[in-house]
Amino acid sequence: MSAPLSRFPGGLKLPGHKKRSTQQPIRKTPLSKHLVLPLQQHIGAAAVPIVEVGEKVLKGQRIARAEGHVSVCLHAPTSGVVSAIGEHAIPHPSGLSAPCITIETDGEERWIERQQIADFRQHSAHELRQIIRDAGIVGLGGAGFPSFIKLNPGVHHTVETLLINGAECEPYISCDDMLMRERADGILDGVEIMLFALRASRCILAIEDNKPEAISAMRYALSGRPHLSQTEIVIVPTRYPTGGEKQLIQVVTGKQVPSNKLPIDIGIVCHNPGTAYAVGRAILHGEPLISRVVTVTGTDVTHAGNFETLFGTPIKDLLAFCETRRQPDEPFIQGGPMMGYSLAGDDLPITKTANCILVGVEDVAPPAQPLPCIRCGDCADVCPASLLPQQLYWYSRAKDFDKTRDYNLFDCIECGCCDYVCPSKIPLVSYFRFAKTEIMNQEREHQKADLARERHESRLARLQREQQEKEERQRQRKAALAASKAAKAKEEATTSSESTDSVTEEKA
Amino acid sequence: MLTAIIAITLLALILGLVLGFASIRFKVEGDPIVDQIDKILPQTQCGQCSFAGCRPYAEAIAAGEVDINRCPPGGESTIQALADLLDVEPKPLDEECGVEKPKMLAVIDEDRCIGCTLCIQACPVDAILGAAKHMHTVIANECTGCELCVEPCPVDCIDMVETQPNPHTWRWPDPSHVDLQRRTGS
Repeated sequence: MSAPLSRFPGGLKLPGHKKRSTQQPIRKTPLSKHLVLPLQQHIGAAAVPIVEVGEKVLKGQRIARAEGHVSVCLHAPTSGVVSAIGEHAIPHPSGLSAPCITIETDGEERWIERQQIADFRQHSAHELRQIIRDAGIVGLGGAGFPSFIKLNPGVHHTVETLLINGAECEPYISCDDMLMRERADGILDGVEIMLFALRASRCILAIEDNKPEAISAMRYALSGRPHLSQTEIVIVPTRYPTGGEKQLIQVVTGKQVPSNKLPIDIGIVCHNPGTAYAVGRAILHGEPLISRVVTVTGTDVTHAGNFETLFGTPIKDLLAFCETRRQPDEPFIQGGPMMGYSLAGDDLPITKTANCILVGVEDVAPPAQPLPCIRCGDCADVCPASLLPQQLYWYSRAKDFDKTRDYNLFDCIECGCCDYVCPSKIPLVSYFRFAKTEIMNQEREHQKADLARERHESRLARLQREQQEKEERQRQRKAALAASKAAKAKEEATTSSESTDSVTEEKA
Repeated sequence: MLTAIIAITLLALILGLVLGFASIRFKVEGDPIVDQIDKILPQTQCGQCSFAGCRPYAEAIAAGEVDINRCPPGGESTIQALADLLDVEPKPLDEECGVEKPKMLAVIDEDRCIGCTLCIQACPVDAILGAAKHMHTVIANECTGCELCVEPCPVDCIDMVETQPNPHTWRWPDPSHVDLQRRTGS
C-alpha cells in the first residue's frame, strides 16, 4: 500500500540506550508541595495571568490567558492556592529567570467542571481549534509551537497528509515510545480530530523500526477503527535524526521541504503522538494540558523510566523519586544527549517541552580542548540538511554573520551530528547557536534603530513645524500691527486731508 | 575604411542614446551613500560624535569631512561595517567621543521627579512621557540609552541602568571565548 521509502542525506547510526527506560510502564510522579509554572512554555507571546496571589484554584482551571495570536493558555495542574506570581528560575540554557505562577498544592486534586464533547464532528474545525488553544496544547516533541495554528490549513493551503512523528530518533528518550505502547487508542482519538480539523485526506504514523512494541500496539488500536482506512503505519529505519520534521517528511514521502518554507507548503502537517493524545483528551474529555510523559534516564539514575508528571513539578522532586546518584546542583541534561542542553540548579520546574531528563551519559568523551579544523569534511557528510558545517564554523568563528546566512545557517536543525563525528572535537553546534542568536539580536537592534530613526525624524519634523507656526504667528502679529498702524495713519491722513479740504473750501 | 567609421559612429550613437535614456530612467534620488551610512549607525541620536544626531554624522562621513570612528554606541562593529562599506581601513574608536558601553536604559525615579519637562525636551526620540508638574516616565522600548536626559534633570532623578537580557533576548556565548576562559583557568 505504501510507497517505497526514501532517505535523507547524512545522518548517523547511534546506539539507542532506550532499554533502560522502557522496562517499566508509565508511572505517575507523586504530587509536589509547590508547582512553578512559567508563563511562557511555548513559542510566541507569554500568557497573561488571570489569577491573583492567594486565590484558590482547581485542577484544570485556567490561570493565564493567551496573549495575541501565537500564544496559548495555561492551567493549574492541580488544586491549591496561588502562592506567588513573579520571577523564578526556568529551565532555559541561559539560566535566567522569567515570570512564573507558583501554586501551593492542597493534595485534594479537585477538578474544575469539564466540558466533554462526545461527537466532535458536530462542531466546526474552528471551534475545535479554539478548544485546543484554550486547553493550552503545544507541540510536545520539544519545540512547543502552539498546536492550534498547525491544525489550521488556512485558505491558501490544502493539507493532503497528516504525519504523526513517532520516530523518536534521539538516544535515551522513550516517552513517545511508551505513550504509543500504552495509550495507542488515545493517540488515535487525537488523530481523528486532527484529520477532521485539517480536512486532510490521509494520515501516516511513522515509527522507527527499533520500537516493535509501539508498532504492534498502534497496529492493534488501528485495527479496531475500520473507519480510519486512510491511516497507515509506516516503519522507518532507525537513523538519527529521522525524527527531524523535514527529515521524516523526506523519508516517508520522498519530498523535500524547501529552505525557508514550512511542511504545509507541500501539503504536509507533522505532529507528535503526545500532541495527538493531548488533543484527544482536550476534546473528548475536556482536560486541558496539565501533564506530560517525561523520560528520566541516564547512567546515574537507579529507577529509570517514564513518568506522567504535572507541569511545574520541580525536577529535583522527579529525580528524587527516581533515585539518582546526582549531587545537589550537579548539572543534568534536558532533552537528549545530541540536542538537549545542560541545566544546573535544583529549583527548575518541568515544562510542556521537557521530554527527557538525562543524568549521566554513557561512553561520553571527556571534554577536550578543540583542535584546529583539518577540513576533513566528515561534518558535511553527516549533515542531514546538506549544509557545509566547516564553512559555517569558519564564518561563525570570524563573526562574519552575513556569510553564515549565505551558507544557510538557519537551515541547521542543531542535530549535533557534526559535533559527534568531528575528529578535532570542535563544538560546532555551539558555534551555530551562537551565530543564530547573534544574528537575531542584530535584527532586533536594526528594528530598534529603524524605530529610533523614525521617531527622531518625526520629532525633528514636529519641532520644525512648531518653529514655522511660531514664525507664522509672529509674522501675522506683525502684519496685523502694521495693518492697524497703517489704518491709523490713513485715518489720520484722511482727517488731516479733510481738514485741509475744508480749509481750501473755506479759502474758496 | 568608410564602413568602419560609419559602423563605429552608429555604435557610439546608439550606445550614447541607451546611456542617456538609462540616466533619466534610472535616476537615483538623494544620496544613497548617506542612507547606507545612516542605516549602519545605531540611531542612538546621542550626539557623542559632535553632530546633532546620526543623520548629520552620516552626511559628514559621506562628504569625507570626519573619520568613521566617532560613534561610541555603535562601537567596533559599526566601525567595521562602515569600513567595509566605504572600503577604508577600520580604526580604533576615537577616545575623545567616549567609550563603548553595554546597552543602557534611562529610568526615572518617579518619587523624586518634579515634573519639570526638561528631560522630555532633551529626549531625541520622544521616549519620555509626562506633562508639566506631573510625573514623567520612560517608554523602555523606545529609549535608545543616549543619556541626553540625565544632564538637564534638576533633581538628578534619572539613572542609566544596563539592560538585562531575558530568555527571549539572551544570546549563546561565543564558544571561542569559552575555550579561552577554560585555557586560562586551567
